[in-house]
Amino acid sequence: MWNLLQIELFKIFRKPRTYLAFAIIAAFILLIQLGLLVNGKDWMKFMMGSLDESMDIEYSKLINGYAVCYFVLNLLLVHVPILVALVAGDIVSGEASMGTLRLLAAKPVSRTQIILAKYFATAAYVFALLLWIAIISLVISLAVFGVNDLVVAKEKYYLQIESTDVLWRYFSAFGFAFIAMMVVAAISLLLSTLSENSIGPIVATVGIIIVCTLVSEMEIPIYQKYIKPYLFTTYMLGWKGFFYIGADADNQTIKGSVENLPAILKSIAALLGYMVLLVSASVFVFRKKDILS
Amino acid sequence: MSSIIEVNNLSKQFKEIKAVDGLSFSVETGDVYGFLGQNGAGKSTTIRMLLTLVKPTTGEIHIFGKNLFAHRKEILKEVGAVIEKPDLYKYLSAFDNLAIFAKLSGIRPERDVLMKKLELVGLANRAKSKVKTFSQGMKQRLGIAVALVHNPKLIILDEPTNGLDPQGIADMRNLVLHLSKDLGKTVLVSSHLLSEIELVANRIIIIDRGKKVVEGTAAELLDPSKTIVQVETLDNVAAKINLLSSPWAAALLQSEGPIRLQMNKADIPTLTNDLVGFGTAVLSIHPRHSLEDYFLSLTTPNQHVEPIAN
Repeated sequence: MWNLLQIELFKIFRKPRTYLAFAIIAAFILLIQLGLLVNGKDWMKFMMGSLDESMDIEYSKLINGYAVCYFVLNLLLVHVPILVALVAGDIVSGEASMGTLRLLAAKPVSRTQIILAKYFATAAYVFALLLWIAIISLVISLAVFGVNDLVVAKEKYYLQIESTDVLWRYFSAFGFAFIAMMVVAAISLLLSTLSENSIGPIVATVGIIIVCTLVSEMEIPIYQKYIKPYLFTTYMLGWKGFFYIGADADNQTIKGSVENLPAILKSIAALLGYMVLLVSASVFVFRKKDILS
Repeated sequence: MSSIIEVNNLSKQFKEIKAVDGLSFSVETGDVYGFLGQNGAGKSTTIRMLLTLVKPTTGEIHIFGKNLFAHRKEILKEVGAVIEKPDLYKYLSAFDNLAIFAKLSGIRPERDVLMKKLELVGLANRAKSKVKTFSQGMKQRLGIAVALVHNPKLIILDEPTNGLDPQGIADMRNLVLHLSKDLGKTVLVSSHLLSEIELVANRIIIIDRGKKVVEGTAAELLDPSKTIVQVETLDNVAAKINLLSSPWAAALLQSEGPIRLQMNKADIPTLTNDLVGFGTAVLSIHPRHSLEDYFLSLTTPNQHVEPIAN
């Protein structure tokens, strides 16, 4: 299994397409950072809108490394699934279209091991991608914009988190995002086992995410009651929960707390459930598959 | 000699298409076994079943005396294969491709060993070149190196001469002979190029529409006593009726078109005399000589032949 995993990692990280995602992310984040560096205060005024009146914090302090990173994550974690699908959707079907799947499957390794090794290799890619996002969006933002308290808008009020209470929330959020992205990778993997070209699984994964996100967001009662609880996208934005700090009876924030830990844990459990289900389905399909490519 | 491959009553049904239909054959240790059939005859499906890529609908495969699907890993460690086109990782070098498949085959990819394999197929000087820069012939040779990298006992080559130029075909033929004669490997090689198989195989099977048509040694299949003779007359129906009521009935093959008999070539004058004796106006008598003619006579669409009497 370790051998297979090494081989899969070697293949992923020697493929030029893999680095496309890293380049796109770097360009995207650096553009945001540059924009905020130049016009951050004006933009922040515009964004705060009516909340502006009740603010008792200076704008210059609102634009800090943590805030920039939070903003980047809000924008980026919607698009990262596409970059994950780019690699995961190709991982089996790409080999089928290239003609190497038959060579791989004719070797003395089990098909279950092949699929699991491919999934774990994708996990390494997702981890590297999120680490890259963390380095560029958090480390560079902190270096450029400095450290200060993080102000997070939630519905019609805002939450202020002390700067010393923020970093662990980012680690947790990235951990959560890793699980969410691995669900996306599992969807792509399953579609990849069913297809013999890469484009189909990649497009289908993106399509599924878009449709499920739209249905999750629609305020239609029948959807909210009967469909939303079963959609993985409902749970994918659970990482934001780490930034909703808990408060006591006097409405004073409690350092090191989160408002709704059970909701976060429920989201993690749901995502892990989807992951297990989808990977098991991939193994089942691949074991039964006649390799004719 | 012991059997390396034993295939019994193997069938594969893809929805409404029966790709392989009750196929049985055996390959002995040290054979270069020619697996012949026209495109779509079921050769690749059979080979894919031998490599566990496709699951049989019915039937059994034993390799090295063990059930293939029960001892898959153990068996595949001793099998090397080139399956149709030699597709490899185009963005990796020849050396990296070889190292990957060595690891997958359960051996340590030591540099010297890998370079020797590349030398064997004449690619040592291109070890660091990416496969996307290779010609079809070079890819085919690298595919052979991949098949041989773990020093397997059994080598399966599916249409190894596809897309090769005449020199490439000759090189491939020499390589197959080298593997068999010098290295003592058992080789199963499929092709629709009978002229190539004739030159390398000691035993041959011909399949058509998923079924075995004939199996034997090249010498047996070219035995003059089993020559296929095609007879054309002014009235083939009447001539067939006459032949069926004569001692020639046992030699007559079922055929929709011309009359065909499997007989000793030396008996053609007697046949001619008998036909004239029946009052048949004979237009031509054509004995088929080469294995290729024999193959075509057995597998050409609308000229399918089955013995009338066994």
